[in-house]
Amino acid sequence: MELFRSHVLICGGTGCTSSGSISIEDAFKEELAKHNIANEVKLVRTGCFGLCEAGPIVIVYPEGAFYSRIEAKDVQRITEEHLLKGRIVTDLLFKEAVVEDQVRSINEVDFYKKQQRVALRLCGVINPEDITEYIAFDGYKALGKVLTEMSREDVIEAIKKSGLRGRGGGGFPTGLKWEFTYRAQGDQKYVACNADEGDPGAFMDRSVLEGDPHSVIEAMAIAGYAVGANQGYVYVRAEYPIAVNRLQIAIEQAKEYGLLGKNIFGTGFDFDLEIRLGAGAFVCGEETALLNSIEGKRGMPRPRPPFPAIKGLWEKPTLLNNVETYANIPQIILNGAEWFAGIGTEKSKGTKVFALGGKINNTGLLEIPMGTTLREVIFEIGGGIPGGKAFKAVQTGGPSGGCITADYLDTPIDYDNLIALGSMMGSGGMIVMDEDNCMVDIARFFLDFTVDESCGKCPPCRIGTKRMLEILDKITEGKGELEDIDKLERLAENIKASSLCGLGQTAPNPVLSTLKYFRDEYEAHVVEKRCPAGVCQELLTYHITDACKGCTLCTKACPVNAISGERKELHTINTETCIKCGACVDKCPFKAIIRK
Amino acid sequence: MPKEILTKENFQKLEVVIEKNKGKKGALMPVLHEGQKIFGCLPLEAQKRISEALNIPLAEIYGVITFYSQFTLEPKGDYTIGVCMGTACYVKGAQKIIDRIKKEANVEVGATSPDGKFSLEATRCIGACGLAPVLTVNEDVYGRLVEADVPGIIAKY
Repeated sequence: MELFRSHVLICGGTGCTSSGSISIEDAFKEELAKHNIANEVKLVRTGCFGLCEAGPIVIVYPEGAFYSRIEAKDVQRITEEHLLKGRIVTDLLFKEAVVEDQVRSINEVDFYKKQQRVALRLCGVINPEDITEYIAFDGYKALGKVLTEMSREDVIEAIKKSGLRGRGGGGFPTGLKWEFTYRAQGDQKYVACNADEGDPGAFMDRSVLEGDPHSVIEAMAIAGYAVGANQGYVYVRAEYPIAVNRLQIAIEQAKEYGLLGKNIFGTGFDFDLEIRLGAGAFVCGEETALLNSIEGKRGMPRPRPPFPAIKGLWEKPTLLNNVETYANIPQIILNGAEWFAGIGTEKSKGTKVFALGGKINNTGLLEIPMGTTLREVIFEIGGGIPGGKAFKAVQTGGPSGGCITADYLDTPIDYDNLIALGSMMGSGGMIVMDEDNCMVDIARFFLDFTVDESCGKCPPCRIGTKRMLEILDKITEGKGELEDIDKLERLAENIKASSLCGLGQTAPNPVLSTLKYFRDEYEAHVVEKRCPAGVCQELLTYHITDACKGCTLCTKACPVNAISGERKELHTINTETCIKCGACVDKCPFKAIIRK
Repeated sequence: MPKEILTKENFQKLEVVIEKNKGKKGALMPVLHEGQKIFGCLPLEAQKRISEALNIPLAEIYGVITFYSQFTLEPKGDYTIGVCMGTACYVKGAQKIIDRIKKEANVEVGATSPDGKFSLEATRCIGACGLAPVLTVNEDVYGRLVEADVPGIIAKY
């Protein structure tokens, strides 16, 4: 085996790839060859490191030096200084990696310190396109153990005892699902993986598939053994080309190594895996719609019961779990159910991956033990709100979830607590909002999304969400009446109660939760025709204050010539002709133009 | 020259795809994905062939194609021109820009030019009001336009 004195890990996640990590890899190859050290330093293109904010990221081991926002032109310095002379290039390090002139390794940075990585264990650690690296980190050991030492019942018992619950959003106990599928009668059974991650702002499943695809493959084979299925399907959205590609490579390598296919580990167990692509329909994240889509039909949900465990793909019993759920399975088998159940809260075990975004300093992906508080996530790991603004709310669960306010920041995160607060875990999107966000506008944004994505099968969702959006439009345009708020509430409750699938049943949540915590904002829009956060265009007017020096820059910027005034004299805006585009605000050097 | 997509060659490629997926369970979606790669869209003629070969009613295939937003019945151009029709751009003459593009690139709004080069779309405000009027060609942004700029921009592609 070759030995290397240094490893250079380059992030190959979607975020860092878009910001140029491939050219960085090329530059390293060139530099290493130039200095003739390619046999001493190993380049590894890994999956996502999580801290997308700091991308493109390069980590150099053994020091754990955390280089952030690297450009191809920095590579020469890192090579000559760090790799040749052993001097870390401190000015290129992530800003928090240098404290009082001491270099801290990546694991000591606040963003990573509080995390506990189970599902993301190998993301950013191994080269996902090389099965031997996965095997070196105990990969496929769990599958071996299951096939040679455990009965099918043992496996299901272990998953049940671990307390693992579905990570796609519903939070249904995974072990029970496995048991139902195991018990279901059928000559043929299937295992499926839901990788149709559609919530805006959530990308944990993509990162697992991009960074550690084998963990999902291994888990699905384990599941196949446990429930009695020999065929699996991974349903991935077509919008994730890197993930699809790496998963395809991983499946081929696993087949080559005899870890998929016939007679795995010589035990007589057969298991095969196929990728199926989505085609841009959010509703296909709903389990029965997903099954229809795999079957080649319109992705519309089916009534439940019968549940997929009884009648799934082609009417056969089908086990369907989400990517992150699967990624936990090999670890549970290897470390034991007790180990997993020892992490988290009473009813929510293990860890959860969140995609942190919005008004937050450290945008990115993180994995924390259940029971960590929202405050720890937002202010310690996330590094707080940029620009000294005040925290207003955090939105969890995407278009199906709701907002949580500052009063509840010390709530430990788990499935049940978030539901009690009127939100939900969802797939793990976490969008932070500050004082500049209008909650009515946010609710409108999510409704706009669900109206667009409603499949149209059941009327409460198809027609109801459209009516809700119309009312919200009316309110944000300043045409709302008080009774509109009551109408919204009534409609929301009815849609929740009568929609066919999860999409419709949860679509009103963003409205209900903002109404619960920010009713005053709705009332300000309706009664005072005012948007307190200064977001809703129709309710704003632009004014010029005494700070104006009459420089005339704004008059030139205005696309509709609504600003008048003599040079060196106070200018005024004609609010009748002003179209509120904000071009003047950006141009004014004296900050003399205000919205109110 | 209008781009010919219904070529013998393309149909031969489609046959290969059908052959590869035939007999597979739920073969329709993979065939449609591959088919769209071959033709650039899913024309009726291709749908008919898929319908015969997979023994799925044409109506059902059409239903599936129109359900998913990534499938398209008409080919998209190599370049998508988006003209911002937000208020700021509109009052600064976006309509004139659109009219000129229609003439120069021979394309209607929401459609693709006969040579398959350009698709034209009227977009919502893209938030670049300070640059009004604005248009985008794929990833490139052009701002502060006057009608006379259009031929030069079109000629770049």
